[in-house]
Amino acid sequence: MTFTRRDILKLAFAGAAHPLLPVRGIVSQVFAAPGAADAKFLLVFLRGGYDAANVVIPVGSDFYYESRPTIAIARPDSANPLAALPLGSDASSAWGLHPALKDTMLPLWQKGQLAFVPFAGTEDLTRSHFETQDSVETGMPVESHGEKTPAPHSYGSGFLNRLAAALDGAAAPVAFTDGLPTVMTGSVVVPNVSLKGTGRPGFDDRQMALLAGMYAGTRFEPLIAEGFDLRKTVAQQDQMMAAGTMGEMQAANRNAITARGFELEARRMAGLMKDKFNVAFIDVGGWDTHVNQGGPQGQLATLLTSLGQGLAAFAEQMGSAWSRTVVVVISEFGRTFRENGTRGTDHGHGTVYWVLGGALHGGRFAGEQVDVAARTLNQNRDWPVMTEYRAMLGGIFKRMYSLDSTRLDRVFPNTLPADLDLI
Amino acid sequence: MSSRLYAFISVAILGLLVCTASPDARGPAALTRGDLRWLGRVTFGVDAATVAAYRRLGREKFLDEQLRSPAADAGDLAKSISTLSIAQQSAQTRVRWVRSEQQRINGLPAEDAKQQARMAINQAGNQALYETARRHLMRALQSPSQLREQMTWFWMNHFSVFSGKANVRWTLAEYEDQAVRPHALGSFRDLVMATLTSPAMLEYLDNAQSAAGRINENYARELMELHTLGVSGGPSGSRYTQQDVQELARVLTGAGINPNENTPRLPPQLQPLYIRRGLFEFNPQRHDNGEKTILGTKIHGKGFDEIDEAVTMLCRQPATARFISARVAEYFVADEPPRALVDRMARTFEKTDGSIAAVLRTMFLDKDFMKALDAPEQKLPKFKDPMQFVVSSLRLAYEGKTLTNYHPAVNWLQQLGEPLYGRVTPDGYPLTEPAWTSSGQLVRRFEIARAIGSGNAGLFNAEDNSPGPATGFPLLTSRFYYDSIEPALGVKTRQTLDKTSSQQEWNTILLASPDWMQR
Repeated sequence: MTFTRRDILKLAFAGAAHPLLPVRGIVSQVFAAPGAADAKFLLVFLRGGYDAANVVIPVGSDFYYESRPTIAIARPDSANPLAALPLGSDASSAWGLHPALKDTMLPLWQKGQLAFVPFAGTEDLTRSHFETQDSVETGMPVESHGEKTPAPHSYGSGFLNRLAAALDGAAAPVAFTDGLPTVMTGSVVVPNVSLKGTGRPGFDDRQMALLAGMYAGTRFEPLIAEGFDLRKTVAQQDQMMAAGTMGEMQAANRNAITARGFELEARRMAGLMKDKFNVAFIDVGGWDTHVNQGGPQGQLATLLTSLGQGLAAFAEQMGSAWSRTVVVVISEFGRTFRENGTRGTDHGHGTVYWVLGGALHGGRFAGEQVDVAARTLNQNRDWPVMTEYRAMLGGIFKRMYSLDSTRLDRVFPNTLPADLDLI
Repeated sequence: MSSRLYAFISVAILGLLVCTASPDARGPAALTRGDLRWLGRVTFGVDAATVAAYRRLGREKFLDEQLRSPAADAGDLAKSISTLSIAQQSAQTRVRWVRSEQQRINGLPAEDAKQQARMAINQAGNQALYETARRHLMRALQSPSQLREQMTWFWMNHFSVFSGKANVRWTLAEYEDQAVRPHALGSFRDLVMATLTSPAMLEYLDNAQSAAGRINENYARELMELHTLGVSGGPSGSRYTQQDVQELARVLTGAGINPNENTPRLPPQLQPLYIRRGLFEFNPQRHDNGEKTILGTKIHGKGFDEIDEAVTMLCRQPATARFISARVAEYFVADEPPRALVDRMARTFEKTDGSIAAVLRTMFLDKDFMKALDAPEQKLPKFKDPMQFVVSSLRLAYEGKTLTNYHPAVNWLQQLGEPLYGRVTPDGYPLTEPAWTSSGQLVRRFEIARAIGSGNAGLFNAEDNSPGPATGFPLLTSRFYYDSIEPALGVKTRQTLDKTSSQQEWNTILLASPDWMQR
């Protein structure tokens, strides 16, 4: 059976909801937060469906430990470096954090700059990577299967492009990817640049002038100007980082020089977002851990270490702009709650979203919750979805940009924004 | 230094010409702008061999030769392809090996050994995938059957499968080589049937999991929406309902994959309906043999023949003729091809019961299309997609030389957003310009132009990228260039070429020019 929101609420009223945390309704409130003109938003997409239950761990649930005999993370224990880190005031809290995030995400949580939204996700139940990623990035309601004429796939525009359109001239969107991801496609022209490269030298000024000159007067002229501009900025950023001349980075010089992989990408991203861009996207792959995903160490732990380092470095590198920045980390779905026969997990449903920001009302769990137990699983398989991604992001955008309902409807049609009081 | 001087040097080095190294001295029968543009559509990119054949045959015969080209690879190409491991091992062998390895791994006591064995499987899978891409690129670059190779890419995209899903990469080589490419210029119905009975497609769109009582309608939907009729209510004029999708899904039950040695035990009355071909299996026990109605037509239960009947019916719908014709024209003619041209192609499609070659002939010899190509300013411009950009550039730069390392080209396609077999969604890559002109992609094209033009791309290294023989940079200022490319260049491109300071830079500018981005 699938859980409807009504079922979940019934459970909640019957006392099954988590005892430590109030159930937050998703009814939006009236608020007066001014739309910050200089607000910055970054969406991080973990492609592959990350195993949320082993990252934000329901350490209060015996069912969790029964379901994951070989990959579970031990209950918080200050004597055990491989144990989960308590996400509450004491060791008896219901949730724990993966130990690989100890030096990176736990400090942000403690500063109130990180919140988790458990039981989050989409209405899409295909459990297919491509269908779910696509439907999330498109950001349209999932087609109902009762219709007479099957609705065509909408591979059209993505919700971040529609957000940029809804912000009129105020948006400066960018995708830190090789191609333009679905989420950024649409009517607004969005530049893209992958920051993965090792910073090979680009074209010199003379060559860029030659190339741009050839395209003068063509429809590509502005795109090429933008592309070169972005490459130049990235190169300058790299030089500054290498030379350690970025004021706010002095303390982190050594980090910057030794940064590798995602951390380096994240620092470059922050450099660009501070100066130029305010709506950004990046994706991080490798989360499809069907086989041998590991526990406190191993495959998933390695990915988390790198992700945590990147996000912490991003926060640091943003400097004073961090207080105006919101980062949301999502994934297409969660994974099966029980481990499979190959010490991994399979495609599931509900996941945990991360929300980060310098001025966040964080250090807490947001959104509806339910006990983690066999009876509350979706289809006896995975976590239910109680906070839908469009509602959550709609609520965040509404607060960040003071979007009225007409504009919000352009971003996420037919969606009631959920106000999780995060910013 | 001017490009004239480069031309002189290159020509002198090549010893092709002794006294006519001036760029103004064109060959005796220089092709017209229209000829060259037309050839640029029929092939992945004009090279000297193509021009020579065109001069010899004329337009119509050249086209007919392309349309009649055999599926067998020619000469040296056949030889190099036969050395690939994908050519020496069947999909069945590969899939069985993976299964037995996985079973062996489950029995291994040590975690380390398990991990190692899994990595070995993964490496073998990546190798099979790379070799399939390599073969595809080898053919695109070297095969004289350029239209067949283009149509192979086109149909692989139309009947797209994603190599990252489940076991698709193990059966991909056969999917392309035995299902798609042999039918690329043949009967559309045969092509659909060939993809339908391919393990790669059955797995990718989940039909292998679909059975009577446990229907998965994923494939049925895409077979109608993406492969034949076009989306319901869309421009092809197709009209089908959710009910039709479900009924087609029932027809398709039983079509699946059997990697085992054994055949399933069946009751005697079902045994005659059982079909097995390689990994493909039609299992009548999984088939819903009840009566179905699709698009108002009744289909009586008779096992696999129902599938044949349903596919034939779908392929004969006018919507299919229009949908396929429009897609083909979108790829070869223009992002928005002239309606009248698509109508003429669709009529040919219906008249010939879906002959792909006949539809292509109607299109390529269409008077309006040819006239549009002759006009001084391109009337029906077509921006090269990443595959066309990379392949045409390599064909120009390295005609007659055999690449030894295809990893750079595979990576370029990835960086430009169009990796072979890498489309995650079943709709295939877009065929129109906006998908390929993000600012990052355009600048990336320039960088790839430089990598090719400067000769530093490692294309002649060994496949592990250990250095191969020094080949230097290509000399694009060739007789062929002055005959076949220079006449069509715009003023800005010529001026820019004159400002370059080395042959490598000249090459880069040519391959990065707006003229080169157009088919």
